[in-house]
Amino acid sequence: MRKIEIITRPYKLEDIKKALTDAGVKGMTVSEVKGFGRQRGHKEIYRGAEYQVDFVPKIKLELVIDSGLVQAVLKAVQDAARTGEVGDGKIFITPVEEVVRIRTGETGKDAI
Amino acid sequence: MNAADTAFILISAALVLLMTPGLGLFYGGMVRSKNVLGTLMHSYVLIGLISVEWAIIGYSMSFGSDVSGIVGGLDFLNLAGVGQTPHETYANTVPHLAFMAFQMMFAVITPALISGAFAERIKFSAFLLFSLIWAIAIYNPLAHWVWGGGWLMSMGALDFAGGAVVHMSSGASALAFVLFLGKRKNYGREPFIPHNLPMTILGAGLLWFGWFGFNAGSALTAGGLASSAFVTTHLAASAASLSWILAEWMHRGKPTTLGLASGAVAGLVAITPGAGFVTPMASIVIGLVGGVVCYFGVNMKHMFKYDDALDVVGVHGLGGTWGALATGLFASKAVNEAGNDGLFFGNPEQLWIQFVSVVATWVFCFVGTMVILAVVNAIVKVRVGEEDEDKGLDVSQHGETGYQN
Repeated sequence: MRKIEIITRPYKLEDIKKALTDAGVKGMTVSEVKGFGRQRGHKEIYRGAEYQVDFVPKIKLELVIDSGLVQAVLKAVQDAARTGEVGDGKIFITPVEEVVRIRTGETGKDAI
Repeated sequence: MNAADTAFILISAALVLLMTPGLGLFYGGMVRSKNVLGTLMHSYVLIGLISVEWAIIGYSMSFGSDVSGIVGGLDFLNLAGVGQTPHETYANTVPHLAFMAFQMMFAVITPALISGAFAERIKFSAFLLFSLIWAIAIYNPLAHWVWGGGWLMSMGALDFAGGAVVHMSSGASALAFVLFLGKRKNYGREPFIPHNLPMTILGAGLLWFGWFGFNAGSALTAGGLASSAFVTTHLAASAASLSWILAEWMHRGKPTTLGLASGAVAGLVAITPGAGFVTPMASIVIGLVGGVVCYFGVNMKHMFKYDDALDVVGVHGLGGTWGALATGLFASKAVNEAGNDGLFFGNPEQLWIQFVSVVATWVFCFVGTMVILAVVNAIVKVRVGEEDEDKGLDVSQHGETGYQN
């Protein structure tokens, strides 16, 4: 099992959700987050005074999937989220030791 | 006595009063949220304080019988003799009380304008004491010099609605104040971003609206001259709102809403001294230049490294100065028989007179403000303590917060 964390542009959320569902993902968690990557946010100007705003709004999607689904999910996310401009975001993949469904006590693949 | 004139002046007085709450919103949106109430308070409380001061002594010092060209005498002390019948010289078609009330609103907004310079770091008690002394020692004599029969008026200086009395005076005093007071804590190290620009833009709209009372009302009769001043006022503001955003678009890459609102105010300031002396086409030129001058004027504070929080020097000081000089260029007797011709109408002398009025106003207000501040600071420290500044004026000075998140 793998946990996938995707940090990307807020307005891409609907496209990504659809692509993931189509690829067979059953559930996901979304948070509104703020951050910056190499592009360092954006500039705001007030009466000629420039301010660098580093933390820009992003969304973070978290999902846990079966290892077999990883390649399909990565492709789906990249296809849906890529604009080619800086700020498209990143995908992090980490191994997951165990999953427990609280209602039934099921574990592992069945609990995803 | 003329009923139409009386109605016009009373409505104009109400319009000018509205500018002070408008100014409060204009300034209030530009500060950080922890200082919104303190900043609004700076405008609102002066309606109370200066109105009472004006009735007791201010009107008399400004418009009482002339004493050596410097100040008005005490004949109108406590509004003695200011009644329902017109004064023979001042606005002789409306009740003397109506003229007094109209002038009262100018006296109220002027010290409120200065409050944009020292926003976010002044002790409320010191602010009240300063404003009261400033109104008595600076505003009242200056109003007398220009409008009450004082030396600038005798010299022939033209100031239709307060370029010197209201705008240059607040700009020059603001400069003295920020040099005296120093920068806000962490200024230049952390961002000082306006917390509510829609509030600022609403305030600018109310200022624009009220300015019709300010400038057109200064004709003191409801007639041709008032219409002329109304049109020049509107066109100058319109032109300056465009030239400011154009300047910043070319200079910084984007036209901003704060720039549009600031430009409109800059244009209103710039046309104020000449509103009743210039043609509509001249007012467009005055506005276009005023927007650009003030845009680069607000950038001066980064060059000279002073912290004029809401750009009183850049907008009112420079805008008023440009407007006073522009009056010396564009004034025409064809517009107002009671005025004079400017340089472009064959009278270079007028530009010189305007220049003298500019220098006199700046020096008087700058030096006077420094002296007043030294006095006030000896009585009650002008600046809030470091912790209070950090907490914000709302909590530290008034025990309130503007917003509950």
